[in-house]
Amino acid sequence: MFDSLSTKLTGAFSSLRSRGKLSSSDIENTCEDIRSALLESDVALSVVDSFIDLIREKSLAALPTLQSGSSQAQAIFEIVNSELIEILGGAARRIRFAKNPPTVIMLAGLQGAGKTTLAGKLAKFYLDQGNTPLLVASDLQRPNAVTQLQVVGESVGVPVFAPEPGNGVGDPVKVAEQALAFAKTKLHNMVIVDTAGRLGVDQELMQQAIKIRNAVKPDEILFVVDAMMGQDAVRTAKAFQDGVGFDGVVLTKLDGDARGGAALSIAKLTGQPIMFSSNGEKLTDFDIFYPERMASRILGMGDVATLAEQAKKALDSDSSAKMEEKFARGDDFTLEDFLEQLEAMSKMGSMSKLLGMLPGAGAMKKQIENFDESEIVRTKSIVQSMTPLERRDPKVLNGSRRARIALGAGRKVQDVNSLVDKFSAAQKMMRQMRNGGRMPPAMAQSMGMPAGMGAGPISSKKAQAPAKKKSKSGNPAKRAAEERG
Amino acid sequence: MGIFSKFVAKLKGQSTADPLDWKVLEEELLAADLGPKLTAEILKSAQGLKGDDALSSLKEILNSHLSTKSRVLSGENSVGVILVVGVNGTGKTTSVAKLANLLKSDGNSVMLAAADTFRAAAVDQLQTWGQRIGVSVISGKEGAEPAAVAFDAAVAASASQVNYLIVDTAGRLHNKSDLMAELGKIRRVVEKTLAISEVLLVIDATTGQNGIAQAKIFTEAVEVTGLIVTKLDGTARGGVALAIESALDIPIKFVGTGEGERDFAPFDPAHYLSGLIND
Repeated sequence: MFDSLSTKLTGAFSSLRSRGKLSSSDIENTCEDIRSALLESDVALSVVDSFIDLIREKSLAALPTLQSGSSQAQAIFEIVNSELIEILGGAARRIRFAKNPPTVIMLAGLQGAGKTTLAGKLAKFYLDQGNTPLLVASDLQRPNAVTQLQVVGESVGVPVFAPEPGNGVGDPVKVAEQALAFAKTKLHNMVIVDTAGRLGVDQELMQQAIKIRNAVKPDEILFVVDAMMGQDAVRTAKAFQDGVGFDGVVLTKLDGDARGGAALSIAKLTGQPIMFSSNGEKLTDFDIFYPERMASRILGMGDVATLAEQAKKALDSDSSAKMEEKFARGDDFTLEDFLEQLEAMSKMGSMSKLLGMLPGAGAMKKQIENFDESEIVRTKSIVQSMTPLERRDPKVLNGSRRARIALGAGRKVQDVNSLVDKFSAAQKMMRQMRNGGRMPPAMAQSMGMPAGMGAGPISSKKAQAPAKKKSKSGNPAKRAAEERG
Repeated sequence: MGIFSKFVAKLKGQSTADPLDWKVLEEELLAADLGPKLTAEILKSAQGLKGDDALSSLKEILNSHLSTKSRVLSGENSVGVILVVGVNGTGKTTSVAKLANLLKSDGNSVMLAAADTFRAAAVDQLQTWGQRIGVSVISGKEGAEPAAVAFDAAVAASASQVNYLIVDTAGRLHNKSDLMAELGKIRRVVEKTLAISEVLLVIDATTGQNGIAQAKIFTEAVEVTGLIVTKLDGTARGGVALAIESALDIPIKFVGTGEGERDFAPFDPAHYLSGLIND
């Protein structure tokens, strides 16, 4: 019942794959599976039915032209994937910048969709790209929405235009107008207008939104929608489209486990692209929406593109270059490098979020959800309790050194041992990769991180066992320690 | 005339509805966010319906999926402590204020605890509400430890022997285990001073099937005793709440129906079910 769409579809497709040659009744069954999966994901019924009709038609048409069984299943998979991408917006579109600045972006949506937080994230996103955004507090309805925007603005370093205190006091249309004039004199090249949340049926508030729109003539009106939204998403989106109108959609709270079927419905029924997605509580948890990635995620193919991008962002180019250099020189991967990578990983966000993006993550859903984030902190604390010499050359780690490290890190000696064992295994892998010589250093590096971490943090005894066994025969650190007695 | 009445009108004089009509009924139930599982169950029970009493039978079928647990606030403790929890943006802070107002207008003394120290200006928002409805608000600084604020509030509520202490908490997505653990901590520290009598989960009426996952996981973390369904004044019918009652046996206790402090009422099953089927 709580299986995600990707888990369900992965199931549907793996049963297809295992059957070899496909018949039209196989396709019918798969379509039925996809239908119920989409319904449980809150996709609107009309969208589901037209989607299924399309998939059925295309699959049946493709059936005779294909040879072997596995490629038939693959072909249907491709059909579903490309249709999903098609609905989710075809190609991602960027914000249209105004010819004469400032570019005005207006946010609209239901209460609680996350407009104010999003305003801050959007401002940060464009600030980091060298723009000079101005946030405008035109939500004068909700108690302390103005204060909230001011706090958000301060934390991302973007000025907030808020001449009115809010809490029902002031005219949001005037505020927006004044903000535009203010932005022009202060040479802000972008204005982001936060507005009050409103229900689709609230004519009065909708009129107010229209007045704000007419006053500032936004280049983009973004409809902000909660990824958890149910069937009413369609009606709400239509009401906003017919009311204030919008040019793009922003999906919020994608870090939840909601399946986000609302996105599919809204994109399909309004014809407007989903432009951004917001996926966390930090003001940097925000990105351009990639339909291909979302479709892959829905289909259980993981989101490697996003993962790679985040890795690139986190590992600053300096340390990457240093690493590559080291690697090329033939230097060994040391615990110092390992620590650096752990720190970079912490910068990338929570481990469970990262793991969730990997292909096949659907199958390990439970483990990922139960991932103990503090394991990384513990691992770090062990490495940090080592002297520089020990970090560079773990072979010197004898019993008394290990006991000291354990005491310093507040862990048991066994924890120190298992970390050293795992590290040695990772180090060995790095050597093999270099000797193999086929993998570019940058890639080897990014692969080394999860490998070095791998067995430990997912606290499963089974996963740790083989690593331990291996290291007994080939672990120089342990051997050295034993030799010293 | 609602779609159900039309459906029922068609049924009159016929032994059963034809497949096309069942499709209409299915669509309507799905559109109310009841979800495919509950919809299938209801359709199955409804297959035998016919004749004049079909409408009341349909309502009875829906009614049978409601929880049988009590829908009034527990009055066991001298200071009733109500913990209000939920995902981001469902309307927790507003619901806390409205609930306080409702209890106060019934002649109770109420105290609020602003334990949402995470969201920017959430404390200010609750304080503004506190002033508006005239109840005191215990708060720490923004970024303060929420459990500490809740603890202080419990001590203050115990000392002044108010009838109710309502604790507002930060919105959190249920799949974030560390934040759910924080909620457990808030519960534990409050219970050092006062027993918690109710944990109310705020569910946004526009939420889809994810609401079931929310209720399940929040219940695992802090034993939810009831639901507050918010934003029922929109076009969303909040059918996921019925799905939650049916699947997890958690009763809806209050509904929020607007932006004013009085737009809040104890749950009325008959009214809710009528709204659900657009009767």
